[in-house]
Amino acid sequence: MTALAGPIAMADTGGLLPSAAPLQLIDPGGQAGGSPAGLTMPAPEILLGLHRRMVLGRRFDTQATALTRQGRLAVYPSSRGQDACQVAAALALRDQDWLFPTYRDTVAIVTRGVDPVEALTLLRGDWHCGYDPYEHHVAPQCTPLATNTPHAVGLAHAARLRHADQAALVLLGDGATSEGDTHEALNFAAVWKAPVVFLVQNNGYAISVPLAKQTAAPTLAAKGIGYGIPALLIDGNDAAAVYSAVRTSIEQAADRGPVLIEAVTYRVEAHTNADDAGRYRPRDEADAWLARDPITRLETYLRAAGLLGDEAAARLRDEAEQLAASVRDRLSTDADADPAELFAHVYAQPTAALQRQRDALLAELADAGQ
Amino acid sequence: MLAEPAVTGSAAPAAAPVTMAVALNRALADSLAADDRVLVFGEDVGTLGGVFRITDGLAARFGEQRVFDTPLAESGILGTAIGMAMNGLVPVVEMQFDAFAYPAFEQVTSHLAKLRNRTRGRIGLPVVVRIPFGGGIGGVEHHCDSSEAYYTHTAGLRVVTPGSPADAYRLLRQSIECPDPVIFLEPKRCYWSREQAALTTAGPAIDQAVIRRPGQDVTLIAYGGMVATALEAAEAAAAENWDAEVIDLRSLAPFDDATVAESVRRTGRAVVVHEASGFGGYGAEVAARLTEQCFHYLEAPILRVTGLDIPYPPPRLEQHHLPSVDRILDTIARLQWDDHA
Repeated sequence: MTALAGPIAMADTGGLLPSAAPLQLIDPGGQAGGSPAGLTMPAPEILLGLHRRMVLGRRFDTQATALTRQGRLAVYPSSRGQDACQVAAALALRDQDWLFPTYRDTVAIVTRGVDPVEALTLLRGDWHCGYDPYEHHVAPQCTPLATNTPHAVGLAHAARLRHADQAALVLLGDGATSEGDTHEALNFAAVWKAPVVFLVQNNGYAISVPLAKQTAAPTLAAKGIGYGIPALLIDGNDAAAVYSAVRTSIEQAADRGPVLIEAVTYRVEAHTNADDAGRYRPRDEADAWLARDPITRLETYLRAAGLLGDEAAARLRDEAEQLAASVRDRLSTDADADPAELFAHVYAQPTAALQRQRDALLAELADAGQ
Repeated sequence: MLAEPAVTGSAAPAAAPVTMAVALNRALADSLAADDRVLVFGEDVGTLGGVFRITDGLAARFGEQRVFDTPLAESGILGTAIGMAMNGLVPVVEMQFDAFAYPAFEQVTSHLAKLRNRTRGRIGLPVVVRIPFGGGIGGVEHHCDSSEAYYTHTAGLRVVTPGSPADAYRLLRQSIECPDPVIFLEPKRCYWSREQAALTTAGPAIDQAVIRRPGQDVTLIAYGGMVATALEAAEAAAAENWDAEVIDLRSLAPFDDATVAESVRRTGRAVVVHEASGFGGYGAEVAARLTEQCFHYLEAPILRVTGLDIPYPPPRLEQHHLPSVDRILDTIARLQWDDHA
């Protein structure tokens, strides 16, 4: 009873609190910035891989935006500026792990190995998800934000129940942290100690709404302690830091359970090609972030370390142009969209009523001479 | 709450009458025993055995890895079930009450119902969502909704509801074996109804309606908690010289056009009975389909006996809302019986 009269003891935070400032391995000037607790500089071949995939991913991203202007894609949400998060998240996963992306994470999907045209099927409008999620362990891109977070928790929990060495990485943005599903998923993950990593790409805006209107928390990573989840606040434009944070969290998830990572980054482009960012943010705001460009940063580091020269950089530029040309060519014609397929996947077997509707549609098309 | 021992672990024919609650419990137990991919989880389903005791004894028998309590969050329950199904498991989740399932609605409509279609058939989700639904038990607000039309309007879902203990066992086992996501609506008012019947999966398939009482003059179409009321009404109608056929739909989606249309063509008259409000309700779809398919056989317009177009009333007024035997008889009487003896 005396305990009730005394001061309430502070609970042991058990290392759950993130740092106050984002952790870096490589600073914006390309200098190695020490070795902050919890992060380890990846090996040179990993760093070269991150750089290569960022260059390819950036070129893919600009090509996809261009294809919207040519009417080849209905819409494209660019991840330019978030290249480090996109690439490092994908490369940090092991083959058996699952990636749960959103609509802004096409570069991560392609980096994971999904065919670029299959990855763009959704935005081209041929179908919804164009790739086989089981082939590369990539869930369909999630459009209703945060609704993919409990999926990742469930998949990870199932992996544990099945005694599989498998973890899930779910991508979400700053805006999605306001959704109820994020709360529920973090809580379920913590209670179940599910092997799942939440990577919040805090790019400053949810379409037009800035972070200050989204939360009063000191940082998004600070929310982890409320769930009993260890959290990391990292520089999202430092590919080395993102890779290290995700890789370590994934590898330890089976033993330690979930981790919340907030990666501070910036969406250089508007929300999509259909959006006008000039309506809600200063036109020069992006300039400061361009100076923190994730590709330039890693390239400066690699060149200073003697790991990347002019010749290799030129070869990489050629490879990126070839990728862009291939995407351009393969998307230059309309895909065959089969009206009969509309009825094929609603249920495991089409119902009698759906078969009647299919037959009616096909007859209608036959009458119209199509 | 239940008189019988809840778990016997056997699908052997029951010697004594069983309640629907016991039949459901046995279906879960037998599915858990038959397939180690099956999981049962939700709020209070573990140690407590569920607020209606449908999961009584399952956690003790199958362990907390397979039957477990979750945090109190319905969207989280549904969302994690989807992830588990993506990874090879067969989750059977419980929403504690009809109206408490609404927080999970986005997961149900945007993901559970659509993922197979969105992924060209690559992700199938064999998830069963058990939802106690409907009124007639004196429940306070948010405990008695008939929410079936929200789900039947969503392509990609199967929606089923049993009208008897034997069918509760059969339909739940069929639902757990079904490769499609199934919304399994449990009529609360029937939990304690008893039936002497063998609990077996043999019988009508998951998507078939059944004729519970053959008749010649009019087809009463009901489901869930209204099947018993419709049967009672049919007996009362016989005293007035109307021979009513009673169809238990069992599967609301997909709808068994063949069985129901055959009956209505034969009788020439039909009444649809459900607890849910009439406006925009499931009965409107039934009446429209039957009109399209049976128009030239109809002797009268298809009529509906439904709940009022009001939010579910407080317990002391619910009897005014719910379809009753008298209302069904009154409605039968309005079916233009000029030729009736």
